[in-house]
Amino acid sequence: MPDYFTNAGTSSFTQFLSHTSPELLPGRRPLPPGLSADIAPHATTIVAIATAEGVVMGGDRRATMGNLIASRDIEKVHPADSYSLIGIAGTAGIGIELMRLFQVELEHYEKIEGTMLSLDGKANRLAGMVRGNLGAAMQGLAVVPLFAGFDFSPADPAKIGRIFSFDVAGGLYEETGYDAIGSGSLFAKSALKKKYRAGLSSDEAVRLAVEALYDAADDDTATGGPDLTRKIFPVVMTATANGTHRLSEAEITAVAEQVVAGRMENPGG
Amino acid sequence: MAMQFYASPEQVQRDRSEYARKGIARGRSAVVLTYEGGILLVAENITTLRKISEIYDKIGFAAVGRYNEFESLRRAGIRMADVNGYSYDRRDVTGRFLANAYTQTLGAIFTETQKPYEVEICIAQVGSSPETDELYRITYDGSVMDEPGFMAMGGQAEAISTVLREGHDSAAELPAALALAAKALGSVGGENGATRTLDSKQLEVAVLDRRRKGRAFRRIHGAALVALLENTESVPETDLGDVDAAPPPPATTDKPTVSAASEEDTADKPGTPDPSEPADGVNGDGS
Repeated sequence: MPDYFTNAGTSSFTQFLSHTSPELLPGRRPLPPGLSADIAPHATTIVAIATAEGVVMGGDRRATMGNLIASRDIEKVHPADSYSLIGIAGTAGIGIELMRLFQVELEHYEKIEGTMLSLDGKANRLAGMVRGNLGAAMQGLAVVPLFAGFDFSPADPAKIGRIFSFDVAGGLYEETGYDAIGSGSLFAKSALKKKYRAGLSSDEAVRLAVEALYDAADDDTATGGPDLTRKIFPVVMTATANGTHRLSEAEITAVAEQVVAGRMENPGG
Repeated sequence: MAMQFYASPEQVQRDRSEYARKGIARGRSAVVLTYEGGILLVAENITTLRKISEIYDKIGFAAVGRYNEFESLRRAGIRMADVNGYSYDRRDVTGRFLANAYTQTLGAIFTETQKPYEVEICIAQVGSSPETDELYRITYDGSVMDEPGFMAMGGQAEAISTVLREGHDSAAELPAALALAAKALGSVGGENGATRTLDSKQLEVAVLDRRRKGRAFRRIHGAALVALLENTESVPETDLGDVDAAPPPPATTDKPTVSAASEEDTADKPGTPDPSEPADGVNGDGS
């Protein structure tokens, strides 16, 4: 084992990699000049909603490349650790890499220190990682995550579910109640604005998330709606005191079918 | 001019071995054994510093000896495992790979440096059945042994091993396995060779649970450990500890940095969920 493995060093996996294998980190590769926005698939809409029990996060399943659909069943919402969720929008390849690295980052800290990072600490780490991608972002390979989780030690006891959004420069903003990112976020947020109220239950929030994604798909070509023929429905996850949970195929199918049935009556929702 | 005395290589090695063995024998011992539901790691430890740790999904670590030395080895193991798991896949991190890395490192330190490490470590990898569990014992000189189902490390490891050998049953339930581990650790160190009874405050206990998907390592402490030690009834799985990570303590007002999420008051909130409750695993697949 080389020395740098055994020294006291850092508890951060990213920082460790930057010393030992910088080639494994995103945002460190030299890019050819010019805009390269259309060379890789783009991931689209993610929504997150704070509930009475924690948070709910949902994402559609579409990835696009210009006017083409690059993937119908990409998964853009994942657990970051046992109590938090991350969703990505933007260049899919970089986003997935960022997300994997973030997952390892949190787990690595947990194992080295024997304790979990605070929710703010996790959000700050993620902001730093997004900031590292600024160079690529300016050439069109931008990626923006949405981070939400259950907070064990909230400053405000009513806010146990917290949502953080980011900008391409690594800016970190805590959102109140709900937020959405990606190309369909404008429409999703408008839908959420009308329907959201504080203290929703997880089930209500799941329904609301699927409704908002439906509205996004309704008006944004890059967002995929519920695909009833192929049985492809949004990925929806919750983070509560019991940890993270991904809605099963059966659960999400039932919700998506209800939403679609509702839209049969009233297309505007 | 000072005379340089000749010391044969054998003599040098012997001296170093003796030095390392003496250092290890001063500390308290640890045992690792397989049971029906996984691998049990138990160390006699009255401090809050840890001798047992999670390395990766199916891999645990236990050590005895000098804290600063095995702590740096523990960190190295976690780093190696995470780098490999990140650049290949989570399934590509194996106990044998780590044992090899450790034996190389300790072997090099033993032969090349003035002072050998005074440590003995165990790398345990849990499989789908007790037969597929792997226990590697790596000693201060870099020798590695593949142990059959149970092992003891530290001062008087021989005596502890004898107790384990007599009582070990890989089909035993967790309470029985823990009782055996506590009995083995308590079989030495009493006055005039008397046995001791170790309680929950003197033991650091963790399991690698073979039934869990993803991260198998769970610490058992507090009430769950007391219950396990006191009765031989099976404790429900939900009462076993969380992953190796208690959530951070409540934020304090004198928090040095303020981010988008600054806070003003930290009044105690009633009904805060118990952080020691186990959470679903996190393996990228939502399991």
